Amino acid sequence: MSLKTEMNNDILQGWRNEPLDQVLWLAKEIVEDPEWPTVKEWRKNGGKVLGHFQVYFPEEIAHAAGMLPLKMAGATVEPRLSDSRFGSYLCSIMKTNLEQVLSGRVKIDMFVTHPICDAARNLGAIFGRNFDYPCQILYLPQNPNSKHSIQYLFEEYERMKKLVEEVSGVTITKESLANSIQLFNKNRTLLRELYQIKCDSPWLVTIDEAYALVRLACYIPREEHNELMQQILPQIRNRSGRRKQDRIRVVFEGGFCEQPPLDLLRAIGQSCYVVDDDLLIGLRWITEDIDAGEDPMRSLAYAYIEQSSYSPVQHDNNKPKERMLMERVDAAKAEAVIITAAKMCEPGLEEQVTYIEAVEERDIPFFVSEFEENMTTFDHLQIQLETFVENILFD
Amino acid sequence: MSMQTKENLARRGNKEANLLFKKWFDNLDQAAKEGKPGAYVFVMGSMAEILHTFDLPIIYPEITSLQTAVRQHSAELLNEAEDHGYSPDICGYVKADYAIQARGGEHPMGKLPTPGLALLTNACNTYMKWGEIWERMFETPLFTLDVPGTRQNGTQTWPGDPQFESEKRYVLGQLEELIETCEDITGKKFNMDKLKQTLEYSNRMSRAWKEIIECNQGNPAVFDALSDGTSYLGVNNVWRGTEEGAIFFERLLEEKQWMVENNIGAVEEEKHRLAFIGVPCYPIFRDFSKLFSDWGGVFVSSTYMWFASGGNNLGFQYDIDNPLESLAEITLIHVRDAMDSMFHPNEIIMDLKDRFNIEGIVFHPIKSCRTSSTGLADNRRELMERTDLPSLFIESDMMDKRVVSVAQMKNRIDAFFEGIEMRKANREAEVKQ
Ligand code: SF4
Ligand code: SF4
Repeated sequence: MSLKTEMNNDILQGWRNEPLDQVLWLAKEIVEDPEWPTVKEWRKNGGKVLGHFQVYFPEEIAHAAGMLPLKMAGATVEPRLSDSRFGSYLCSIMKTNLEQVLSGRVKIDMFVTHPICDAARNLGAIFGRNFDYPCQILYLPQNPNSKHSIQYLFEEYERMKKLVEEVSGVTITKESLANSIQLFNKNRTLLRELYQIKCDSPWLVTIDEAYALVRLACYIPREEHNELMQQILPQIRNRSGRRKQDRIRVVFEGGFCEQPPLDLLRAIGQSCYVVDDDLLIGLRWITEDIDAGEDPMRSLAYAYIEQSSYSPVQHDNNKPKERMLMERVDAAKAEAVIITAAKMCEPGLEEQVTYIEAVEERDIPFFVSEFEENMTTFDHLQIQLETFVENILFD
Repeated sequence: MSMQTKENLARRGNKEANLLFKKWFDNLDQAAKEGKPGAYVFVMGSMAEILHTFDLPIIYPEITSLQTAVRQHSAELLNEAEDHGYSPDICGYVKADYAIQARGGEHPMGKLPTPGLALLTNACNTYMKWGEIWERMFETPLFTLDVPGTRQNGTQTWPGDPQFESEKRYVLGQLEELIETCEDITGKKFNMDKLKQTLEYSNRMSRAWKEIIECNQGNPAVFDALSDGTSYLGVNNVWRGTEEGAIFFERLLEEKQWMVENNIGAVEEEKHRLAFIGVPCYPIFRDFSKLFSDWGGVFVSSTYMWFASGGNNLGFQYDIDNPLESLAEITLIHVRDAMDSMFHPNEIIMDLKDRFNIEGIVFHPIKSCRTSSTGLADNRRELMERTDLPSLFIESDMMDKRVVSVAQMKNRIDAFFEGIEMRKANREAEVKQ
C-alpha cells in the first residue's frame, strides 16, 4: 500500500486547517497517549509496522517498502508484563517498549534494535524469544573512523532492505528509496526550521511544544508530518501574544534515548528558554540533505557517518562529545546547560562526568539531574531549577 | 607420562596459574617503572596476537579491576570514582580502573603502565565509554575494532557465505588499520613472522582449552568452572599468544586427562552438577563458590569460560600460512561467539545439559554488567518453557559489595539445593516403584 495520505485519509485526525493551539494540544495528547492510537489507525488499513528502538534507524528503508517506521521511544506505562523479563538496574525504556508489545497496545511486524548500549544490544534476543516475527539487530558501525565502515554499512543496509522486503512483500527500488530519502530530507529540513525558531525566538515555541511536534514524527507517516509541519511553522513564526521575557538560554542534554516526560520539559520551559537539545536526536541525526541521486543506499550509509550529529552512544574520534556539546552551546548562544541522564542509563551517566568537566572548564553554569520517563512529580526539580536560574540572573 | 601423585598433579594447574598471574603483574610493574606505556585491551577481542608483535605491554583492565575486588580493595576505589562523579549505576570495573589511573597506576599488585593505546571491541559498549575516559585523561589514541555480531539467533553465517565474507573483509581492513596505528605509535615495522609465531601459540592454547572444557563431561568433574575455571581464564587472556600460555594449557590438559583417567574429581564428594550463567561474584569469590560446594555442588561448565575467553573455547586454529586473513576470520567468529554466549545462553545450556549431565542452572546477573545480565531473566523464563531443569536466579555484583547480600544469597542457594535433592529423591522413589 502507498503511504500517500489523502485529505480524509489522515492517520491523525483533527489538525488540518486548525488553529495553532489546537494542533499543539493534539500533538501533546498523542505523545502522552500510551495507546499509540495513530499506529492502530495505520494498521486498520492493513498497513505494516517496523518497530525500531532508539537512537537512529534509516527509516527511509521501511518507508520505501510502504511500512510505517515506528520509533519506539518508550511510553508512560507500568511494565506489568515486561518486568519479569528483566532484572534490576535497567533504564525504564527497555521495559516499556517491550510492555507496549506484550500488552498488545501495539502490534508490529518486525523489530530492530541496535548495539547502542549494553542493555539495548540484548533487546534483539529478548524480543526474539518472545515474538515470532523477525527481531533483529542492525549493526550500525562502531568504528566510524575506519575507511571501510561506509562500505560495511552499505552492505548492512542492503541486508536490512532484503528483510524489510520479505516482511512487507514490497520490492524496494532505487526510485522508491530515492523518493523516501527526499521525503525524509524534507522532514529533517522542517525540523531544523523548528529548531531555528526555538533558537532565534524561544518565546514563540516552548520546549514542550516543540518536542511534542517533533515526537509526532515517531507515530504518523512522514508525508502527514511534513504537511502538518508546513501548516504550523508559519503560524508559530507569526504567533501573537508571545513576548520575549527575561529568561536564560539553556541547552538541554541527555534526551538521546529514553525521553523525559512532557511535564518535566514543561517545568523546565517555565524557568528557562531551551534553545537547543538532543531530544530524539535520532530523528535529527542526519544534519544535511542526503543525496538521493546515483546510489541512494550508499548515500544513506555515507550520511550516517559523515553528515551526522553526536550522542553518548557513538564513539567517533572526529566527534569528541564534549567538543560537540560546546559547539552546540556556542551555536545556540546558550548561557547554561542542563546535563541530564535517564536513570540507570550507563552511557548517559558516564557522559555526564565528561560534560560537567567540559562546562566547568569554560565556566558555563550547569544543572545536573536524572530523570525517568515515568516520573510524575517535578516540584522539587522545579524549585532547584528556579534557584539555579535565579543564581545566574542575579550573579 | 611419568608416575604422578594426586598431590603433585591434581592442583598443579592452579599453582602454575597463580605464578603466571603474578609474573604478568610483575612484568607490568617493571614496564611501568621503566616508563613504558602499555596497550589496554579487553578480554573479548584483545588482538593480543598483533600487539605482542610490537612488544607492547598488554594490560587487561577488566582483570586488573576484578583483582581489586578479590583483594578487597574495590570499595575504596569505587568510592573515589563516585566522589569524582561516576554514578553508582555504572560498571564497577570502569570505576575501579578510573581510581587506579587517577592514583598514577598504583594497583595493589603493582604499578600499571599508562594507557599508550587502547584497543576496544564492540563486544561491550562500556569498552568504548571506558576508552573515552583514558582518551580524556591521557590523550590515549583509541582504536575501535568493530566486529559484527549475530543479527538474530540462528542466523549466523559461516565462511563461504557472502555475508560472512564481506564482514571478514571489514574486520580484515580494520586489522590492517590497527597495524598501521601500532606502527605509528611504536615506530616499529610490523613483523609477519612474529605474528605467525603468536598465532601458533594461540592455536596451541585454544586447542587445549577446548579439550579441557570437554574433560568435565564425565563424572566426577575435574575442575570447578567457577573457581578453578576463572583462574585458568586469567591465564587464557593475559598470556594469550605466548609460549608460556601454550605450555600452561598443554600441561593443564595433561593434568585434567590424568584426573579423568584416575577418576579424581575437583571436589571431595560431587553431588550436584551445575552450570553457571553470568559473571562471578568477585567481592566474595571463595565464599560464593563455597555456598555451592558445601552442598556438593560443582560447576561443570560456565558461559563465563566462553565469553570471557573471547571465544577461545572454540578450538579454532589459525591458518599460519594465511595469517592476517585467518586472524580476521577467527576474530569474527570468536567475538561473535562471545557475544552469543551472553545473549543466547539457553542454546549453550540445551547443548550441555545432557552431554555434561547437568542438574541445575545458576543465573547470576550483576548490577555492573548489563551486557551479560540484561537478558538473563528472560532466558530463564524461556528455559523453563524448554526444559524442566531447576534454575536459580540471584543478583549481585562483581565489584560492589554494597549489593552483595550473603545471607540472602545463602537462603536462596540452600532452597535451590533442597529443591534439587527433593526432586532427585522423588525420581529415585519413582524408579523403585
Ligand atoms: S536509556 Fe541509556 S541504557 Fe537505556 S537503552 Fe537507552 S542508551 Fe541504553
Ligand atoms: S559492562 Fe560487563 S563486559 Fe563490559 S566492561 Fe563491564 S563487566 Fe566487562
